[in-house]
Amino acid sequence: MVDLILSIYEIPIINILVKIIAILVPLLLTVAYFTYFERKIIGYMQVRIGPNRVGPRGWLQPIADAMKLMFKEIIFPSGANKILFTIAPTLTIATALAAWAVIPFGAEMVLADLNVALLYILAMTSVGVYGVILAGWSSNSKYAIMSTLRTAAQVVSYEIAMGFALVGVVMAARSLNIGDIVAGQSGSIWGWYMWPLLPLFVIYFISGVAETNRAPFDVAEGESEIVAGFHVEYSGILFAIFFLAEYANMILISIMAALLFMGGWLSPFQGVEFLGLGSSFLAGSSIVWLLSKTAIFMFLFLWFRATFPRYRYDQIMRLGWKVFIPITIVWIYVIGIMYYAELAPWFIKG
Amino acid sequence: METIVFYVFSAFMILSALMVITVHNPVRAAFFLVLTFFSSAAVWLLLEAEFLAIILIIVYVGAVMVLFLFVVMMLDVNLAELKKGFVKNLPLAVIVALAMFAMIFMVVGGEQFGVQNFAVPERHAADYSNVSALGQLLYTEYVYSFEIAAVILLVGIVAAISLTLRRRPNTRHQKVEDQVAVKGADRLRVVKVESQPRKHTIDNAEVKK
Amino acid sequence: MKQLTQFFNSLFLAELFKGLSVTGRYLFKKKITVQYPEEKTPQSYRFRGLHAQRRYANGEERCIACKLCEAICPALAISIESEEREDGSRRTKSYDIDLTKCIFCGFCEESCPVDAIVETRIFEYHGEEKSDLYMTKEKLLAVGDKYEEQIAADRAEDASYR
Repeated sequence: MVDLILSIYEIPIINILVKIIAILVPLLLTVAYFTYFERKIIGYMQVRIGPNRVGPRGWLQPIADAMKLMFKEIIFPSGANKILFTIAPTLTIATALAAWAVIPFGAEMVLADLNVALLYILAMTSVGVYGVILAGWSSNSKYAIMSTLRTAAQVVSYEIAMGFALVGVVMAARSLNIGDIVAGQSGSIWGWYMWPLLPLFVIYFISGVAETNRAPFDVAEGESEIVAGFHVEYSGILFAIFFLAEYANMILISIMAALLFMGGWLSPFQGVEFLGLGSSFLAGSSIVWLLSKTAIFMFLFLWFRATFPRYRYDQIMRLGWKVFIPITIVWIYVIGIMYYAELAPWFIKG
Repeated sequence: METIVFYVFSAFMILSALMVITVHNPVRAAFFLVLTFFSSAAVWLLLEAEFLAIILIIVYVGAVMVLFLFVVMMLDVNLAELKKGFVKNLPLAVIVALAMFAMIFMVVGGEQFGVQNFAVPERHAADYSNVSALGQLLYTEYVYSFEIAAVILLVGIVAAISLTLRRRPNTRHQKVEDQVAVKGADRLRVVKVESQPRKHTIDNAEVKK
Repeated sequence: MKQLTQFFNSLFLAELFKGLSVTGRYLFKKKITVQYPEEKTPQSYRFRGLHAQRRYANGEERCIACKLCEAICPALAISIESEEREDGSRRTKSYDIDLTKCIFCGFCEESCPVDAIVETRIFEYHGEEKSDLYMTKEKLLAVGDKYEEQIAADRAEDASYR
């Protein structure tokens, strides 16, 4: 029996499917409970207690939400383009999930070990805008189209800053392969790229918040002015898919920040002499480190949302074009200088 | 397998390219153009040009077409007006189109870019890096053309900005820097007001008397 | 100099970190949520909830159909018809409050010369159809009869301010 299962597992397509499921199921569960923790944590920061009615301490709340959305009617607005209206959320979730194909969870744990993995992720996130554009346009609603225009401009602007921040990482690691980038940060906690690339790290994460249209950059769905933006007209499962994609993208940005700037699965205790931590089991690389680093960034998303008021639209544009892009360009020069000076431990020519 | 994939994506590409010029709604035409870019990126992937394919998606699909759509969605195109001179201008248009086609065919047609002119590209191993090969070539052999292209682009950016940048002294607009610099004390004066003693509840029994 | 410090403050996101520290501290504060069906917030004796009509101790209804409440009602939720009863006193034939219109401002209560129409502390009521929220004289009197003790106590508490 075991042999049979193993032999089935050897078939390439089955093998890949199993791996995809092994990534997607935990991811979707994380998304579900991310919404729960979002409500809980923001509640706590506002001196409330958040959802606590469905199941013990509200643990079943995301499942209840999902059930509700699944059984709700999908309403097509009059004059809407039905085909595009349904393609839009599909496109959003497809790109949001496709980007996860190249995310490594360990030195060997990766579905598709692409040489251009970083570019692939950038491409997927930029194609994700089309979901929003299609949704806004096909809804035949003024609010939706307003939001579409805002989102399109915002995402394109912040993609540039984000791309430049990633150029810094690529310069430091001399590779577009995420596994190689993580390997380049090994040694000790000081080998992580967040130290020499600190401004780029901050800009990457803030641009990531803007890319995913999260607070304080969530003018795309600014409730106070354009109701809910591009998904005003959506209901039921189509709305749920937009929701899912947004959170999957947030987790993607978080795990990317952990991989590119904070050493991914490398242990922070690596190479520490103190108390022999460097030789203990804590120093070993493991997926636990990657996930806990990711969790830090996911928490930051929620923390930001609970803290900052929404940016005004022109201020978002100003921040992106007049602050972030100049800083990243300057820092790319600085990296060049550091590279020339062979600054240890990051820029030793190998 | 690969041939099937190739033909599927090529068919997609040609179909959507046709749709771009036949569809009436400009927004839909733009969406079909996106589809065309997508399928050509897929064809490039089959040629092991993964860097170019992904750059095509990032630059054209992710940025250029978004801005395109942006503009197209804002336009109010009157279709009837567009179609007005169609029959009258048809002969001239056909001549121009044929001339263009002939020129394109002569330059990139079978004689120059036919299959017989090229050796079959060799297959590379999985760890072959397209990116570094391209980088090597760009920064050594073609470094001057690369730099010239960069300068031309820079000139284009500067020209575009200087063409659209107008200083209009009479307009009122917000100075964000000043707004940010404002402190609470600049706008708000806290005045201490002597509070008045609260009237005590009169005993209910007293009222009844 | 001021500009320079401001430049560095904004570059290093000083104010944003200040904001984050505030919310970070509140994350661990004691939560003040009232778990509604189990716990309830204390109510004022001036609480303006469901309406009621009161009676005197001898069972006579207080309302004299002066229609002051009808006149003052800003939402036009009250409609009154009056008649002369057999004993010659002026009484209401009907006294209706449409709760779907009412804004619970309490003006009717203020204007009433005989303390007949009052607003009680009841706020947990519902109607399964629209007519359930149309309070007729009988319904109002029933509410008044049921909660007379509470209503009287609240009026007594507030008496010195009227």
